[in-house]
Amino acid sequence: MTETLKPEREAEVVEAVLAARLAGTKLDIVGGGTKTGLGRPRSESRRLSSAALSGIAFYAPAEMTLSAGAGTPLAAIEAAIAEHGQMLPFEPMGARALWRTGAEPTLGGMVATNLAGPRRPSAGAVRDGVLGLKLINGLGQAIRCGGRVMKNVTGLDLAKLNCGAHGTLGVLTEATIKLAPKPEAEATLIVSGLAEPRAVELMTRGLSSPFGLTGAAWLAPRMGRDVSRTLLRIEGFGESVDDRAGRLAALIAVFGEFVRVTGEESAALWRSVRDAEFIAEPRERAVWRVSIAPSRAAGFAAGLGDTALAHFLDWGGGLIWVATEASEAAAAAIRHAVAAARGHATLMRAPETLRAAVEVFEPPSAAAMRLSRAIKQSFDPDGVLNFGRMYDGV
Amino acid sequence: MSHIAFPRLDETILARRAEIVARLAAILPPECLIADESGRRAFETDALTAYRRLPLAVALPRSTEEVARVLRLCRDEKVNVVPRGAGTSLSGGAIPQEDAVVVALTKMSRILEVNLRDRYARVEAGVTNLAISEAVQPEGFFYAPDPSSQLACTIGGNIGMNSGGAHCLKYGVTTNNLLGVKLVTLDGEILDIGGEAMDAPGYDLLGLVCGSEGQLGIVTEAIVRLIPLPEGARPVLFGFDSVEDASQCVAAIIGAGIVPVAMEYMDKLAIRICEDFAHAGYPLDVEAMLIIEVEGSEAEMSAMLARIGAIAKAHNVKTARESMSAMESAQIWKGRKSAFGATGRVADYICMDGTVPTGKLPEALMRTGEICASFGLRVANVFHAGDGNMHPLILYNINDEQERNKAEEAGAAVLEMCVELGGCLTGEHGVGIEKRELMPRQFTDLELAQQKRVRAAFDPDGRLNPAKVFPLGERAA
Repeated sequence: MTETLKPEREAEVVEAVLAARLAGTKLDIVGGGTKTGLGRPRSESRRLSSAALSGIAFYAPAEMTLSAGAGTPLAAIEAAIAEHGQMLPFEPMGARALWRTGAEPTLGGMVATNLAGPRRPSAGAVRDGVLGLKLINGLGQAIRCGGRVMKNVTGLDLAKLNCGAHGTLGVLTEATIKLAPKPEAEATLIVSGLAEPRAVELMTRGLSSPFGLTGAAWLAPRMGRDVSRTLLRIEGFGESVDDRAGRLAALIAVFGEFVRVTGEESAALWRSVRDAEFIAEPRERAVWRVSIAPSRAAGFAAGLGDTALAHFLDWGGGLIWVATEASEAAAAAIRHAVAAARGHATLMRAPETLRAAVEVFEPPSAAAMRLSRAIKQSFDPDGVLNFGRMYDGV
Repeated sequence: MSHIAFPRLDETILARRAEIVARLAAILPPECLIADESGRRAFETDALTAYRRLPLAVALPRSTEEVARVLRLCRDEKVNVVPRGAGTSLSGGAIPQEDAVVVALTKMSRILEVNLRDRYARVEAGVTNLAISEAVQPEGFFYAPDPSSQLACTIGGNIGMNSGGAHCLKYGVTTNNLLGVKLVTLDGEILDIGGEAMDAPGYDLLGLVCGSEGQLGIVTEAIVRLIPLPEGARPVLFGFDSVEDASQCVAAIIGAGIVPVAMEYMDKLAIRICEDFAHAGYPLDVEAMLIIEVEGSEAEMSAMLARIGAIAKAHNVKTARESMSAMESAQIWKGRKSAFGATGRVADYICMDGTVPTGKLPEALMRTGEICASFGLRVANVFHAGDGNMHPLILYNINDEQERNKAEEAGAAVLEMCVELGGCLTGEHGVGIEKRELMPRQFTDLELAQQKRVRAAFDPDGRLNPAKVFPLGERAA
């Protein structure tokens, strides 16, 4: 039986970490728990949830800055900032389609996993939007990283280091993030029926244009339509979207006919891309997230052959979502192909047995691994926090 | 503070100077090693010119492998290492000492690969910031961070200090535009961090290295993102009779959901100094001026400027001037970008780099003025208003010892005020030696200790760029 601690104050987090350290036990650190299926499996008897460290501490719309407790539901933050016409710039991935836990994603979980959505190429990842963090390290010390201003090079950037660290360096208690104006309008141009290499060319053309694309994705045939769809998104003020979408259309006319969707229809499409809905089913399949140079995307996918049961592209080809059999052989094939394409892969969803048998995150070079272990040591010398969730010894 | 201290010199190293130089000479060709005094003189300071120390020797490696060899030798000989790009640091980030070897990357200045399909450039660390943009401009791309010193400063130095610039309001600073680096550790180990893909696996070592002021290793190569050039860009000048109005105009623009590419602020003294130098047509009869730049197509820029203009009007703008030509735009930016140089013609100055939340700008400006006045000093303010990154230039006479102390004291007081207002000591110049002793104002002992432990994971003995960033404590001479 797992015992879950739900500290309501920073001091209680300190107590919990110190107690665990003293007792020589380890802690599972979670936020809402929506993405506990991501990472190497662990079976600690004690779980520490930041869910009760909840609430917006500070929000200045004119500064586009917000601070909130790590356990604050993202939905609450998005609702509060939407009232002032703002949004999270990096479009964090939702967990519902892939993991189906039914829980509420939190700010802390968003930071710890650093999973940015389709706006990544133009707006950066979660790590680019995090201005500051408060955390409790494995020694039970309260450490503030960064701050609340947009530009800050005072000391080492420990805030970035903790983004995507999956709670292995500290228990996040508060985060300060940069917001962006919510676009007044959005339009998506959809070209149907392009083969993958041609689609990558189209997306490259779009992303190299001065029209400020905020999304470029390719959906394979039978992902909502019989034929493939290539999506290009433009956002901004109404008159600006019309102007740019018109000229983008002229630029890409050689790729074939397109349809233009706007408003909720466009938004819904991109939510599905963001959350990888197109490959979430069947549930027994393993799901991989591959980062790669866009120009190698089509070749990489073709090279996977039968290993890829389904796949689609985001980030103009820089992000490939792949579904495979949940097997060690498929995992080996992915790792092999990724290495050849100089990319890297994360096993986003798979049964525990597979996640125990193969590396979930891309294995770093020996030198980077040594540094990663030393960094882990510097924050959490006794390995109290999410020990081994990312890598052995980390 | 006043009078920045240097750590005690390592006498055993000084005594072995000839031997160490000989060992360097054994692994570097003659044109890659400077040991004579007049040659070393060129490396004794950076843009914090009030402080000078001759290095033991200067290595000018031509390749990553040569950097690795030099670092391994320095580790074995227990010699400190000071990495250096173009030496434009305003915080003393490249100032050496007599017991340290400078490793200058100036010979490594090639652009190795331009990949427009994947929108990146792979460059050696000694390439200048501007050279990257110049190389890809004909293809319709640019490299976004644009520090004022971009003609001279190197990408390696930009990574060391996580440099920003006027246009980072829209495009972000160095860390947001970097895909990968080649880092050589003190052990001579060569690491490829990040790469051509947008995200990197494992801990964000790239984010950690960026802004680490050369204390984790020496960056020899970088992969930087290339961004499509906008169709057009147009700055507009707004003059205001009150600092309050100008500051609130900035907040109102952002509050209205508009993020211009740049929003630069200049006060009366700065306007006059820059106008005298650049003849940009700045209004001389206002208390504060904003340069706001928008980008896009003609239609887009017009629409955006109409919205911005209406907001400025609501904030009692006194003069408004839209640039009508590329030449006029260049003049407007020349005035702003030459602010430091132009000020240097008028007086000696120290340039602060504190950042405050944008909502606190009016208070920060008022208090900056009060602090400097209390020391009997003049201050000119030019800064990035959109992100609260202030650059008060405190004017003084470098030959007047007392006035120099006063200027440093006033600067420290301004930075403490920035921290007190919820900001930080440095937005884009780095801590260097200059703000080292102020670090405890922003961080607790535990926080500084955590940062030092992370540094030690890379360099346990603290040989890389020593006596920077962290307070000197008992090591002061």
